[in-house]
Amino acid sequence: MESTIVKAENYNSYFGDNHVVKDVNISINKNEVIAVMGPSGCGKTTFLRGINRMHELIPNATSKGKILLDGENVYDMNAIYVRSKIGMVFQRPNPFPNLSIYENVIAGYLLNGIKISKADKDVIVEKSLTSAALWKEVKDSLHKKGTFLSGGQQQRLCIARAIAMQPELILFDEPTSALDPISTSSVEALFHELKANYTLIIVTHNMQQAARVSDRTAFFYMGELVEFDDTKQMFTNPADQRTQNYITGRFS
Amino acid sequence: MEAKIGFRNTKSVIFKGIIVFFAFIMVVPLIIILLYIIKQGIFQVNWHFLTNVPAPVGEPGGGIVNALVGSFIMVLMSAIVAIPVGMAAGIYLSENPRTKLAYYSGLCVDILQGVPSIVVGIVVYFWIVKPLGTFSAISGSVALAIMMLPIVIRSTEQTLKLLPDSLKEAALSLGVPYHRVILKVIVPCGFAGILSGITLSIARVIGETAPLLFTAFGNPYLSTSITKPMESLPHLIFTYATSPYDDWHNLAWGASFILLMFVLILNIITKVITRKWKVQL
Repeated sequence: MESTIVKAENYNSYFGDNHVVKDVNISINKNEVIAVMGPSGCGKTTFLRGINRMHELIPNATSKGKILLDGENVYDMNAIYVRSKIGMVFQRPNPFPNLSIYENVIAGYLLNGIKISKADKDVIVEKSLTSAALWKEVKDSLHKKGTFLSGGQQQRLCIARAIAMQPELILFDEPTSALDPISTSSVEALFHELKANYTLIIVTHNMQQAARVSDRTAFFYMGELVEFDDTKQMFTNPADQRTQNYITGRFS
Repeated sequence: MEAKIGFRNTKSVIFKGIIVFFAFIMVVPLIIILLYIIKQGIFQVNWHFLTNVPAPVGEPGGGIVNALVGSFIMVLMSAIVAIPVGMAAGIYLSENPRTKLAYYSGLCVDILQGVPSIVVGIVVYFWIVKPLGTFSAISGSVALAIMMLPIVIRSTEQTLKLLPDSLKEAALSLGVPYHRVILKVIVPCGFAGILSGITLSIARVIGETAPLLFTAFGNPYLSTSITKPMESLPHLIFTYATSPYDDWHNLAWGASFILLMFVLILNIITKVITRKWKVQL
């Protein structure tokens, strides 16, 4: 029996009067890789940012409905606590330019003022960087600034930074759209390995990527969750005409 | 056709010649002024000059220690007030650019920047000197702090506005509370810009005479009491240069040279800071 980690119940998001996510109901299991795809402006990123309550940081942004994390509504919890429980990786790699690679990995602890011993730090840094497939490349330059790394390495550093906080769930907002093909494949390869320990929700506008990396795919269109099914099923035999149109490139 | 292209090239050359010429012309008076001050001032400066108060008329020697100490104390006090206040206001303006408060305070900053320094002096005179009944270093510091504020506010605001939002989002998504995001991420990343704004504002006010005329007033003796009148470098230059005595003129030249060096050093520090501490985004 698979256990649910995230569940959205009649979830809606707004920017002022603009209704961008409409009545989404979705249930995501532990250790699944979920791809969220859809054309630009379909609300997929907004939905993602609703899960860890980043959406509400934008002026005028509001939301309605429930998002349950392990059965608890995140909108009843402290936003800061929610964000520390859920990792997030953004479109552009955004390591902290004032911190070294080492400090970037444990930034979640440093910036929150959580005291941990040097030995624990070393363990967390090595473990997180290893999980992010970056340890071998940077183990001799841990105290250099993170911004000296290449784009793909920076993005994996951001993944390590998210992993270091030991979240159960990691959200990816178009994590490879600013990367070159080689960096993209290194990040994609990582998704398969991360699956063992984490649940991943990946927003992407790249259909091939969704097909390559995910177990199940959610298709958003005009703010609605049109279809949510096994990735294979969806790409070979979609149930909804709109999904069919999107996959076959009749609109983008 | 070819003749036309030739003519166009000539026009380009002429245009380039004109801008180079004016760029050069602009530098000439600046260099002449600098050389003149250095020539007049450098031989006045020695250990005695830096460690003694001005001598009475007719007596040889004398120095500017009262003005050095006075300028240092007053600039320090004004910096202690203006830097935290200015940084806080700058952070607010860059974080909340669309609020009414930001609009009006931004407007006030612009106006404050344009207020003639002598007017700041008069205002502080009526606010502080008159109620206290005496000229004082503290009133001079207040006047200088008012002069510093808009520079610190604007440089903080402009620096922080250039930082990408993704940086803030990265920190917020790790569950870092807002105040820590600002203090631990945003301000450190903009530190070089903020610091160079601060050193520039110090370089600006250290040479201000007008706001000190009716506030700190000046003092021919060494004083470290902030409730008493205090000498400052630009005020000493003003007083001694307008006197009829040659000895005093020389003292003013020496002080001018020292002031020039301060401003020069502060500007060099600013350049070094921006180059060394600038974070690579």
